[in-house]
Amino acid sequence: MNLSAKLPEIKELFPLDDLLLTMATLTMIFGVITIAGALFYFKRWTWLWKEWLTTTDPKKIGVMYIIVAVLMLIRGFADAIMMRIQQAISVGDSEGIVSSDTFQQVFTAHGTIMIFFVAMGLMFGLINLVVPLQIGARDVAFPVLNSASFWLFVAGALLINLALAIGGEFAATGWLAYPPLSETQYSPGVGVDYWIWSIQIAGIGSLLSGINFLVTILKMRAPGMSLMKMPVFCWSVVGSMSLVIFAFPVLTATLAMLALDRTMGMHFFTADGGGNPMMYINLIWAWGHPEVYILILPAFGIFSEIVATFSRKKLFGYKSMVWAILAITVLSYLVWLHHFFTMGAGANVNAFFGIMTMIIAVPTGVKVFNWLFTMYRGRIRFTSPMYWFFGFVTTFTIGGVTGVMMAVPAIDFQVHNSLFLVAHFHNMIIGGVVFGYFAGLTYWFPKIFGFTLNEKLGKYAAWCWIIGFLVAFIPLYILGIMGATRRLDHYDPSMGWQGLFIVAGLGACIIGLGVMLQVLQFVVSFRDKRNNLDKTGDPWDGRTLEWSTKSPAPFYNFAVIPKVTRRDEFWEMKRDGTADKNPAYKDIHMPKNTGVGIYLAGFAFIFGFSTIWHVYWATALSTLGIIATLIIRSMNDDTEYTIPAKELEKLDTGKANV
Amino acid sequence: MTTTVLDKNSQKTIFGFWIYIMTDCVLFASLFATFMILRNNTNSGPDSAELFSLPFVLTETLILLTSSFTCGLAMLAAHKGDKKRVGAWLAITLLLGLAFLSMELYEFGNLVAEGHDWQASAFLSAFFTLVGTHGLHITAGLIWIMLLIWRILRTGISNVNLRRLTMLSLFWHFLDIVWIFIFTIVYMIGAL
Repeated sequence: MNLSAKLPEIKELFPLDDLLLTMATLTMIFGVITIAGALFYFKRWTWLWKEWLTTTDPKKIGVMYIIVAVLMLIRGFADAIMMRIQQAISVGDSEGIVSSDTFQQVFTAHGTIMIFFVAMGLMFGLINLVVPLQIGARDVAFPVLNSASFWLFVAGALLINLALAIGGEFAATGWLAYPPLSETQYSPGVGVDYWIWSIQIAGIGSLLSGINFLVTILKMRAPGMSLMKMPVFCWSVVGSMSLVIFAFPVLTATLAMLALDRTMGMHFFTADGGGNPMMYINLIWAWGHPEVYILILPAFGIFSEIVATFSRKKLFGYKSMVWAILAITVLSYLVWLHHFFTMGAGANVNAFFGIMTMIIAVPTGVKVFNWLFTMYRGRIRFTSPMYWFFGFVTTFTIGGVTGVMMAVPAIDFQVHNSLFLVAHFHNMIIGGVVFGYFAGLTYWFPKIFGFTLNEKLGKYAAWCWIIGFLVAFIPLYILGIMGATRRLDHYDPSMGWQGLFIVAGLGACIIGLGVMLQVLQFVVSFRDKRNNLDKTGDPWDGRTLEWSTKSPAPFYNFAVIPKVTRRDEFWEMKRDGTADKNPAYKDIHMPKNTGVGIYLAGFAFIFGFSTIWHVYWATALSTLGIIATLIIRSMNDDTEYTIPAKELEKLDTGKANV
Repeated sequence: MTTTVLDKNSQKTIFGFWIYIMTDCVLFASLFATFMILRNNTNSGPDSAELFSLPFVLTETLILLTSSFTCGLAMLAAHKGDKKRVGAWLAITLLLGLAFLSMELYEFGNLVAEGHDWQASAFLSAFFTLVGTHGLHITAGLIWIMLLIWRILRTGISNVNLRRLTMLSLFWHFLDIVWIFIFTIVYMIGAL
């Protein structure tokens, strides 16, 4: 029996679109009620509030970022599975599982959630966990701002999830909401407004984080750590945060203009009144292309740490690595037009941006060779972070090659908006960004939680992701060349595409297996944590400062701030036995916890929600709330507390976990 | 943001504030770029040469420039430790800022009353957004000045207040520079 042919009948009985919407909503409501109920039942609200929600400790903020990002990953992944099923069975007479309108919402949600709430969340999570430890600092430059950034990210995530529950629709415009489609005239519902405000609020959080971490790295490094002695991960964060600082204001302005078009009847990007939709497309990609590098640079940094550690060699070509990061940082602003070669900018403009795009492959190639040469004649340990690295270096190179192909405008005209493009950017984002962040999570996990993750399950998961990725996306390259466009919800059997779409669907299932293995990995590792305790603080024989403090890292990171005289300071200390044996304790100052971040984000959430629904008195009130919170906070001069030297000594020499 | 009396911390905060100003610069750059692209898309309505009165805007400009000067005098007085003079110069800055903002609102009100509101054309959307964003910044600055006058009169020129004053004056001068660009690009080029 052909199930896909039967589906239309089943759909008449149970309108699947509504069913999916209801299920998604119910799952979310059920999840929230369960968690809230459990907290009441175990009387952990106060604990949660005091220890976590109001924390200014970047390690805890980092953990919360990662939890939110993983939850959003599951939602984004569910969208991906729906798209793969739809494209595998929606052929000829079969309509597949969702209507074309729902399908448009699904691919919009997938892109939006994966970039803004998964990739950005994992990135800021890892940066929070690692950067202060790597530069030998106790904290970030502006701890309260850091908390506010995180909660703005959460407010954005909440809003984007509310779009289905309250409003009943997601934007159906594609993840970048090109006008004039995204204007009121063509998208009158609240979907686009939800999209605008959730991204606007989360984006402002990211912008503030960018400022925070750049200042942290430039101003708070341990004594002696000159820029050229810094771990490469920190360099990659410098590159990435500089991009945030220059790119995110463009996003803020662009989204604001689209919002003004929609709510105030302005004509920036409308089809009438003199509006210019191309301006939006230029602006959004002036943010969007740097955004790609914002995500990938920290992944490069993570792999630089991992490859050096597990090859037991210093990183090959440290200086060229740094210059490559900086070159990519600058070049990433000069390529945005390659996202719309076909939109008529003219041959010379296209040629310029095509050449710039090809040039950006050069520093990236330098990095790939540096990693390979780091491994050359090293004593490589095949741990699970290294599995992610091997997966990365092969798939990322494929993606890089197809990227250079599309940098040629003539080729781009052929494959523009086809599945070839979809395969290319998933190649970069999954093979590059996601593999990188998973490797980093596995690598730094013991430093935060005090035990290592199960290696065997980690390796299985890595295999599933690598194989699943290739099975899912190589067919899309072929389909793209065969002429399949992206965002396709239905096609004719005579195209001969179905076989490859089914293969791609199987690939997504293999990735799904990988996701389940990762969940299992966390569960099993947590269950067996007594056997995997990291008692030394240095489970991988690491090279950089974060491994010199104990695991899990105490809330003050370092009892005594280390002095740095060379690169890979901790590795060299271990080799010449100069690790500080009798530390001289001094009083230290730590920031107090505060709810200011939550209050600000709460008001921002109300601001966004009320603007979406045109309840302007609530918009005004929440604006006043934000101003009042800031003023009240500025009145408070008592924001730090001191840990006296004696107590610090007790903490440091006593049990690790306080 | 942490408030301590450590000097190193103040430097860190001020450095962070510089970076914030840089991001604001990029925000304005996006709005300027959009204005330049849309300034001739008047939707068959009047263009800038017909709408704006240069002498009026020149007065606005001079008021804002003077307020930047008085803000600088407040900064000098703060370094001399003269609390009362800081308060006085800041109060004058506040009044000049208010005058500027009122003139801007008057101009906006006139335009809207004549039917040239932000819905009339892409050019006017871009105009109101660019100049209005500057106005919003000025408003934020005015609230900040009021708070700071109150704080300084109450607690004196402490390290924290000096840091705040430094950041405020950076902010105010920055808005001045942005206005010079608005004056040149929106009003002067528009009048040609």
